[in-house]
Formats: sequence, structure tokens, C-alpha cells
Amino acid sequence: MTAELLLASLQISSPEVLLALGALALLMIGVFSGDRSSPLVTGLTIAVMIVALIMIIFVAPQGEAYNGAFLMDGFARFMKATALFGSIVALLMTFANAKSDQIDKPEFPVLVLLATLGMMLLISANDLIALYLGLELMSLALYVVAAFNRDSIRSTEAGLKYFVLGALSSGMLLYGMSLVYGFTGNTGFEQIAQVLSQETRSLGLVFGLVFVLAGLAFKISAVPFHMWTPDVYEGAPTPVTAFFASGPKVAAMAILVRIVSDAFIPVVADWRQVIVFIAIASMLLGSFAAIGQKNIKRLMAYSSIGHMGYALVGLAAGSETGVSSIALYMLIYMVMTLGTFACIMSMRRPDGTAVEAVDDLAGLSSTRPFMALVLTALMFSLAGIPPLAGFFAKYFVFLAAIEAKLYALAVIGVLSSVVGAYYYLRVVKLMWFDKPVGEFARTPGLLKLVFGFSGLFVTAYVLFGGPVGTAASAAAKSFF
Amino acid sequence: MTDWPILSTVTFLPLVGVVLLLLTGQEGANGRRNVLYISLATTVFTFIVSLFIWIGFDNSSASFQMVESHEWLGTGISYHLGVDGISMLFVILTTFLMPFCVLASWESIEHRIKEYMISFLLLQVAMTGVFVSLDIVLFYVFFEATLIPMFIIIGVWGGKDRVYASYKLFLYTLLGSVLMMLAIMAMYWNAGTTDIVELLKHGFPAGMQTWLFLACFAAFAVKMPMWPVHTWLPDAHVQAPTAGSVILAGVMLKLGGYGMIRILLQMFPLASDYFAPMVFSLSVIAIIYTSLVAMMQDDIKKLIAYSSVAHMGYVTMGIFAANTQGVQGAVFQMLSHGIVSGALFLCVGVVYDRLHTREISAYGGLVNNMPKYAVAMMIFTMANVGLPGTSGFIGEFLTIIGVFRVNTWVALFAATGVILSACYALWLYRRVLFGALEKENLKQLLDLSTREKILLYPLVALTIFFGFYPAPVFDVTAASIDALVNNYSAALQAAQKLALAVTH
Repeated sequence: MTAELLLASLQISSPEVLLALGALALLMIGVFSGDRSSPLVTGLTIAVMIVALIMIIFVAPQGEAYNGAFLMDGFARFMKATALFGSIVALLMTFANAKSDQIDKPEFPVLVLLATLGMMLLISANDLIALYLGLELMSLALYVVAAFNRDSIRSTEAGLKYFVLGALSSGMLLYGMSLVYGFTGNTGFEQIAQVLSQETRSLGLVFGLVFVLAGLAFKISAVPFHMWTPDVYEGAPTPVTAFFASGPKVAAMAILVRIVSDAFIPVVADWRQVIVFIAIASMLLGSFAAIGQKNIKRLMAYSSIGHMGYALVGLAAGSETGVSSIALYMLIYMVMTLGTFACIMSMRRPDGTAVEAVDDLAGLSSTRPFMALVLTALMFSLAGIPPLAGFFAKYFVFLAAIEAKLYALAVIGVLSSVVGAYYYLRVVKLMWFDKPVGEFARTPGLLKLVFGFSGLFVTAYVLFGGPVGTAASAAAKSFF
Repeated sequence: MTDWPILSTVTFLPLVGVVLLLLTGQEGANGRRNVLYISLATTVFTFIVSLFIWIGFDNSSASFQMVESHEWLGTGISYHLGVDGISMLFVILTTFLMPFCVLASWESIEHRIKEYMISFLLLQVAMTGVFVSLDIVLFYVFFEATLIPMFIIIGVWGGKDRVYASYKLFLYTLLGSVLMMLAIMAMYWNAGTTDIVELLKHGFPAGMQTWLFLACFAAFAVKMPMWPVHTWLPDAHVQAPTAGSVILAGVMLKLGGYGMIRILLQMFPLASDYFAPMVFSLSVIAIIYTSLVAMMQDDIKKLIAYSSVAHMGYVTMGIFAANTQGVQGAVFQMLSHGIVSGALFLCVGVVYDRLHTREISAYGGLVNNMPKYAVAMMIFTMANVGLPGTSGFIGEFLTIIGVFRVNTWVALFAATGVILSACYALWLYRRVLFGALEKENLKQLLDLSTREKILLYPLVALTIFFGFYPAPVFDVTAASIDALVNNYSAALQAAQKLALAVTH
């Protein structure tokens, strides 16, 4: 690799370089100045991420880097900006109750930063090896933050569960990748696609493909690889759960889109049936299993399983409309989830104890009218009721499915969204129809800001959503 | 003045009221009064502005008027508004009924009046939006958006089983409409547009029409509601506060009927023709069966709710007769039912506010101490029965004529429904108002207050006015409905010719 090529590569990956250097420097600051530097390190981490976000949107040029292992294109730009934005907001929210959540250690923001770096690499991966490196960097950091509250049994259990199942899925992914490599002789996505379009596909490749999809399905918590989600969501400290629900999902979904639309596009018929199955199973399980949940974090876990199913409906279409619908879906979903988790983090009694039961929200509309209003909008939006943003997210994925003539998938999808509406309505019902059960502590201003913004986004999308949709469709042009 | 976007103004004017309400407090008597007057002023003002639509409306034209079109969401969906003879009067009906809803809630809503009024104003935006939309996605957005405020209204300010009723309303209607959403998407991929004006001209392939028809029919049949998916309506009506019932019966049911005329009949003529016998059967069952069910109710509101289902049966029957009389009658019946059933629910509200019960057996002999109330109620009951001289007669009569030209048996069965409606309505009237005034707590009841007179008298006047002189309505609707019927038969003839050409 010549010096110019290296320089060009560094330029293309400059946001990632910044994040990596930032993580190292901040780790040093944290190590040398001890636990009390936690707010400082968190603040600096957010600053680094904001700079990286600006670089991703305005500075970093498009193109391939590092001999084609790293790819920065319109799709990567959109998804990276989304994931990074999610990480920033999630980290911002940890300021609110860092002490009582036991996450006021300088290692925490650094780990989040490393996980975010992993997401960036993952989204840009254009090669099986790069994919695996990015995925593991992200996952290893996530395992640790899941168990970050080490005095809590639930948190350690969540971390352990996540690690064991995550390791299993990484194994499957690696095995699948080795099969793909074995049957195509390449690790680069473009080369794989080239080989596949020339030869008739072999059975071994199909095995490899299925294993790769299974490994990635684990990361986006799609059925049948969703088992970890409710436990980890419930066990991990709430700010960590908010983080899990945002960036990592976006990154994993992005790489899933990229690998099937880039490397495996010649064998679309083979992966489409897998994706259709995963999508249907996720939508149904997400809708039905959430009905009985009493813990709001578990509820959100099942809701996220369902939402990943809807996003996959767009992927199953395997078209430009489909990819743009997923990009839009992930963005809207992430904003809704972060807003909801900001509300969940505000569920504290005046003495500071956090409550997590869905029933604790009873009568919220008379005790905390603003929060109740926002949460109502978010719930209706998650249920996909117009005119809120969640409806448009669903609209475009189903539009793509209908275009691809996947009628059965679309019908099952919309019907399961009706079932799903039931449990979102239950939250609304508790807040508005029932009597209050207890006071909540004053909501920290930061959380109010986050859920206020989120509520504004879902309600105002109908007016100003045009540019967002245009950006998503522009992102999808990278593939087709 | 001609370029002024009057339809957007009328649709979104209530939002101004919402903003004002958000800024005012509701504490104490003063706060409450402010909330009430802001809401009343907003709805009355919106109604007055909406009258300019009628004034500026060109009766001779069948095309869409006062059209507004803007880019929206940048993905082929446009913000396209306009009214024709069919939709214009529904806009007026909506804006007209809203002040009555505010007045009806003047005293009966005791807590959280601010949120209540905000919900109603948002509901008004969504309902008006359905009638003025000329983009099918926009139409769907408004159509579904009505659910959110209605869910809150029934759930927060409703009766004892309000939670069950609000869930049922929400999930039933959502289930119907998500299928329509898929149909809309399929229409988009087939026609390449979501613009209603374009879609009306498009002409979908015959095989596709069947499926599109069924998917959209699911949405409208639930909303209408038609037998056998009507069961959410009695629950919703019984639990809803008076104003909620008024708007539910007065406008929300019409969303389904309007959708049937606009989308099913005009976009899928072949499928409409094919499925007309099924719709006729369902309508006749609705008319006869729900009338019988109504007769057996001991809750006043439930009785009126079932009678609404029966009356909507005439509407669906008239629409799918697909001739001038049928569709004219259906539109007229919907408008008349909007006024009459709304008024009947207001009448129930009058006695409910006094006694807090809707049991028929709790009443009797009210005519003795509430004569003015008795007269108003009598007129609405007669209109409900369809007595000549009231607006109810015109609609029922025309729909029956319309369907008679298509299928005499259906007309015969539908006509028996008129007799049955006389049975339940008059029997209700007898049990509530006639008889001896024996119950102690009834003896102290006062006749209509000034507020209640303001509520009921205009509706009495309109019911009788349209009963004798329906021409203002027909003048508006005639051109559009003629065009609709002509297009419909032209589409059928074209299909027949095609079929003949294939067989020869």
C-alpha cells in the first residue's frame, strides 16, 4: 500500500480514526484521574462523538479504503450518522442518574465509545474479516457495559447471558463466513457477488449464508435468536438498555442490509425466504409475547423484537425501496426508543428508587402531564398509528413488500401490528384512564429534553419528514 | 380571496384553538369558563368559515373544487385537497356539529375539561381532513388519526365499562383499516400515484379490483358499521360521553360511507357490481336484525346505537344500488342521520345529566313536566322512523327507490325495516315520555334550560326544513353524483363489451 493510498484511506475513515484515538486518550484520562473524572470523561466522549458526527456528515469523502475492506458510501453515511446520534443521546441520558445507576465510572463512556467505534466499522465493512472485527469490537464492549453494575445480580446475569449467547452467535457467524469463503474463494463482498453471479450456487454456500444470517439475526434480536433480549433489557442498568436499543441495532441492521444486498444479491431467492421467515416470526412473537409483560423494560424488549421484524419486511423486498425504507425505519425507531427510555429513566419515586413496572405509570397524565403526553405520542407512534412518525416507518416497509409482491408477508405484518397495538394501548390506558398510584420525582431537565425532542419528532414528522425520507432514499441508491 | 386555501383553513383552524387551550389553565371556575369559551369560539368560528366553502361552491361542476396541491414527504405522496358535491356537505356537517358537542359538554364534563376539548378539536381536524383529502395516503392518515382522540375521549370521560369499549373501538377499526393500507400500496404500485383524482381515472384490472375492493371494504364496513362487524358501536356509544356519541354517530360513521362512495364505487366499479348482492344481503340483515335487537334494549343509548346500524344499512344499500336515486339517497341519509342521531343522543344527554341513568325503565311520564323536551324528542323520533315531512324520510325513500330499480326483493325487505324502526322508536318514546308520572325523582325534573334549547331547537328546525325542502342538498350533490353514476355504468359497459369481444 503506497503512502498516497494510505493517506486516502485515512481520510475516508477519518471519523473512525478520531473515535479510536479519542477512546485511547480518554481511557488514559480516566485511569489517571480516577472515578471522580467520570463526568469529565463522559462530557469529552460526547464531544468527540459530536465532532465525529459532523465529520461523517460533512467531511469524510466517499470511497473504498484499505484495499476495499472499508467502504464509505451514501448508505454508510446515513446509518453511521443515525447510530452515532443514538450513542450521543444515550450517553447524554446517563448524566441524569449516573450515580444511582452505578455507572458513574470513567470506563463507562470509554466502553460506549469503543462500542460506537465498532458500530462505525461494522457499518462500513465491505469484507467478511472487516465485518467480524467491527462486530466483535462492538459486542465485547457491549458485554461489559451490560454487566457494568457489578453489584447487581440482575446486571451480572444480563452480562453473562449476553456474553454466552453472543459468543455462540459469533461462532455461527464465523463458521458461516468460513463456508462462504470456502465456496467462493473470497472475503470481499464485491468479489463474492461476482463469483456468485457467474457460477451456479452450491449447497455449501447456502449453509454458509444461513449461518451468517443467523449470526447477524442474533445481533438485531430477531426471532429465533431473540432469547437474550428481554433478560438483558431488564437486567442491564436502564441507560445501558437505552444504548443497546439504539446504535447497536442500527449498526447490525445496516450490515445485514449490506451483506445481503451487496455480497449475496445474486442469490436473492435463497436469502429472501430466510428473511421472510425471521420477519414473520419476529413480528408475531414481538406482538404476542409483549401482551403479558409487567416490566416496562421487558415490554420494550419485545417491542424491539417486533420492530426488527417490521424492518426486515423491507429487507425481504430486496429492492431500492426496501433498503430506503429500512434506513428510514431504523432512524424513526431509534428516536422513538430513545424517547421512551428517557421516559422510563424518569420513572423514579421522590426518594430516588427507580420503578420499572408498567403499572407504575398509572395516572401519569395527572401527575406528569407533559411526560404522559409525550409517552402517549410515542406509544401510538410505536404502534404505527398515523399521523405519527411510526406510521410512515411502517408504511414504507410495507410499500416495499407490496412492490415485491410479498402479499402474505405484508398481511401477516399488518395484522400483527394490530395485535401489537393492544399492549401499546395498555400503556396509554394506564396513563390516562387509571388513578395515580404514586408520585414521581422531578424529571431531570436532560431527560425532559430528550423525550421532548423525541415527542416533537414523532408528531412533527408528518409536516417536516420530507427531507428525512429523501435522505433515506438517497442512501439506498448506494446499492442499486 | 379566490386563492385563499380555504380547505386547509377550515381543516386546521381548530388547531389554533388547541394551542390557545394549551396556553390557558383550567383551574377554578374562571379557568373552566375560559376553556369552554375558547372551544366554543373556535368551533363556531370554524363553522362560519366553512360556510364560505358552500358559498364559493359551484353547483354545476362535477369536478373537484378549491383544490390545493403541495409536495409532501417528498416520496410521491402529495398534500392534495379539494371538495366535490359529495364531500362538501360532509365538511359542513362536521363543522356544524362541533359547536353542539362543545355545548353538550358544558356542564356534564366535570374533570379535565381542557384535555377533553383538545381531544375534540383534534378529532375535528382529522374528520374534516378525511373529507377534503384528494390523496389516498393523506386520506388514510386522517381516517386513522380519528382513532387516537376517540380512544382517549371514551376511555377518560366514558362510563363504567369505558376501557373495554375504547379498546374495542380502537382495535376493531384498526384491524379493518390496516388491510386498506395494503390495498392503498397495491394501488400505488399499479397506478403509480396516490392521487385520488388520478386513481379515479385509472381503471384497475378486473382481477385486482376484487382484492382491492375486499381490503378497502373491510375498513369501511367496520367504520360504517355493517353487520356483522357492528358490535363495537353499541359499546362505544353506551360508554362515550354525550358529545362523543354525537360525533361518533354524526360524523365518524359517515367516514365509512364516504369512503365507500369515493373509493369502492368509483375506483372499483367492476368489483362493486360483482359484490353488490353481498352488500345488499348484509344491508338487509343489518336493517332487519339490528332493528329487532334495538327493540329489546333497555338502555336508551344502546337502542339508538342499534338504530344507527340499521340506518347505515339503508346507506350501504343505496350506495351499491349505484343509480342516481340510490346514491343521492345514501348521501342525504347520511347527512340527515348525522343531524337526527346526533340530536337524539343530545336528547339522551339532557335526561342523563339530570338523572345519571340511561335505563329506559327509570323513566316514564316525562311529557308532564318536560313538554318542550317531549316535543323536540318527538320530532327527532319521527325523523328516525322516517316519517314524511322529516329529513329522515327523504333519505330512506330515495335509497329504497334506488334499490327497487335494481332488486325488488331487497327493497321489500328494506321497507319492512321502516316498520320495525317505527316499532322500536315509538315504543322507546312511549316508555320514556308517556304514561303516568309516578316515580318520585322524576317529578322534580325541570324542562329544557336555555343552553339545551340552543342545542336542540336549531336541529329541530333543520330536520323539518330538510324534510320539506331537501333541494339545497340535492343542488350541491346532483352534478357529482350524476357524473359518478355515468362513469360507473360506462365502466361496466366497457367491461361487458370486452367480455363479449373475448367470447366471440
